[in-house]
Amino acid sequence: MLADTLIVLVKVVLALTWTLLLALFLTWVERKESAVMQDRIGANRASVFGIRLFGLFQPFADAIKMLFKEDFTPAFSQRVLHWLAPALSFFFVAVSIVAVPFGNPVRLFGRTIPLQVADLNAAVLFVLAMLSLGIYGILISGWASSNRFALIGSLRGAAQLISYEVGLGLSLVGLVMVFPSLSLSRIVDFQGGLLFGAIPKWGVVIQPLGFAVFFLAGMAGTKRVPFDMPEGESEIIGFYTEYGGLKFGLFMFTDFLEVIVFAALATTLFFGGWQVPWLLDGGFSFPWGGGPALPSWAVTVLRVLSFNLKVLFFCWLQVLTRWTYPRFRYDQVMDLGWKVLVPLGALNVLATGLVLAVR
Amino acid sequence: MIKAWLVVKELLRGARITSRHFFVNMTFHTLRLFGVKTKRRGAVTIQYPEVRKELSPRHRSLHRIRPRDDGKPSCVACMLCVTVCPSECLYVEAAEDPDPEVQKRPASFVVDLNRCCFCGFCVEACPVDAIRMDTGEIRLAARGRADLRIPLDKP
Repeated sequence: MLADTLIVLVKVVLALTWTLLLALFLTWVERKESAVMQDRIGANRASVFGIRLFGLFQPFADAIKMLFKEDFTPAFSQRVLHWLAPALSFFFVAVSIVAVPFGNPVRLFGRTIPLQVADLNAAVLFVLAMLSLGIYGILISGWASSNRFALIGSLRGAAQLISYEVGLGLSLVGLVMVFPSLSLSRIVDFQGGLLFGAIPKWGVVIQPLGFAVFFLAGMAGTKRVPFDMPEGESEIIGFYTEYGGLKFGLFMFTDFLEVIVFAALATTLFFGGWQVPWLLDGGFSFPWGGGPALPSWAVTVLRVLSFNLKVLFFCWLQVLTRWTYPRFRYDQVMDLGWKVLVPLGALNVLATGLVLAVR
Repeated sequence: MIKAWLVVKELLRGARITSRHFFVNMTFHTLRLFGVKTKRRGAVTIQYPEVRKELSPRHRSLHRIRPRDDGKPSCVACMLCVTVCPSECLYVEAAEDPDPEVQKRPASFVVDLNRCCFCGFCVEACPVDAIRMDTGEIRLAARGRADLRIPLDKP
C-alpha cells in the first residue's frame, strides 16, 4: 500500500516536472525557432557566469523578471476571482497530462509499473473535459478584471473554445470506433499492430481525415496565433489585459502547457504514442523478416525516447504554424469551426462507420 | 471543393517556405557550431556591441577639428560654420593667434550635440577644411545634457 502510494507520488512528480520543464524551454524554443525561420539569431544573451549555451538560461531570466514584477490588482476588479482565474486555467491544463502514457509498462522489483500517472478507462473523455474546463479560467479572468476589452476577449475565447470542442470531440469519435477503447493506454497498445502486415497501425494511417480535423481543432484549442481570438494582441489585448507579473506569467505558461498537452495527445492518439515502428517487446521485427533482438530495458528506453521525440516534433510543428500563418478574423474562426470542421468530423464518423460495417 | 483544395495548397506552400528557411538556416548554424567554414551564415544578424558593421566612407559622425602640423587646431575662427549651421549648435569664440600667418584661432570651439542634426553643412562651409565629421564615433549617449556639449579644440 505504502509502496503503491509512493510510486504514484513519484510518477506525479516526474510527469509534472517533465511537463513544466518542457513548457519552460518551449518559450525558448518558440523564440529561437521563430528567429531561425526569419534569418535572425534570437535570444542568446542570458548567461550564467559567462556561459551562454545558446541562451538556454533565458526562461530562468524571464521567470526571475516575472517574479519581481508588481502583483497588481486593478481597483474595480474582484480580488478572489482575479487571483483564481490564472490558477484555474493552469490547473486544468496541467492535470490533463496524467492520462498520457509515456512508455510501455516496466517491470521493476517484481511489480508492473505503467509509465502513466493514472490509467483512466475514459481517459479521452477526461482530457477533453479538462481542456474544456480551461474555459473557466478565461471567462473568470475577463469577468474579474472588470475591463471591457478583457471581457470581450474572454467571451470570444469561450465561444471559440466551445465551438472547437465540438470539432475536437467529433474527430475523436472515428478513432474511438476503430480502436474500441477510451483508455489512452489501450489506444496506444492497439496502435502497435500492423496494417496489411507492414504499415504501423497508427491513428493517422487509419484516420487521416480525423487527424486533420483534430489538428486544426486542437490548434484552435491552444488559442495561439492563427486562432488567437481571446488574446487578439493586435486588436484587443484580450482576457489578460489587467494581469501582470506572475499571474500573467501563469497565463502565458498555460498557453505553452496547452501546446505540450496537445502535442502529447496528438502523439498518443494518432502517432502511436510510445510505439516505435516494428519494435515489439523482444526487439525489432521488420516486415521483410528478421531484426535485432533487444533487452527489455533498451526497448523501454527506445519507446520513451520515441514518445518524447514525437511530442517535440509536434511542439515544433505548432510553433512553425504559429509563426507562418496570419491570424483569422473572428467570423472566419467561427466559420472554420462550425462550417468546415464539424461537417468534416461528422463525415469522418460516417465514413468510418460505413467501412467498419462493410468489413 | 476546388477552392478548399486551393486554400490547403497555399497553406502548405507557406509552411514549406518557412520550414525551408528553418532547415537551411539550422544547417548553416550547425555547420558553424562544429567549426566548418561556410560561405553563408545562418542569420543576417550583426551582434552589435561585439561585432560592428563597417561605416560607409561618406558617413557623418561626431565632429573633430583637424590639427595643424604643430598640433594646434587648424581652425581660423572665421565663423562660417557658425553662420551656416541650421541648428545653431556651434559656439566658437575667436582669439588672436601669436602666429602672424594665422591671425585668429578659436579660444573655444563647442558643438552642442543636443541640437546638432548631423547635416554636415559646417564641413562643407569650412574654408580651411578644419572641421570634419569622420571620427566614426556614433555612440553619442550621455548622462546629462551638459555632457553633450563637447569642446572640440581640446585634443
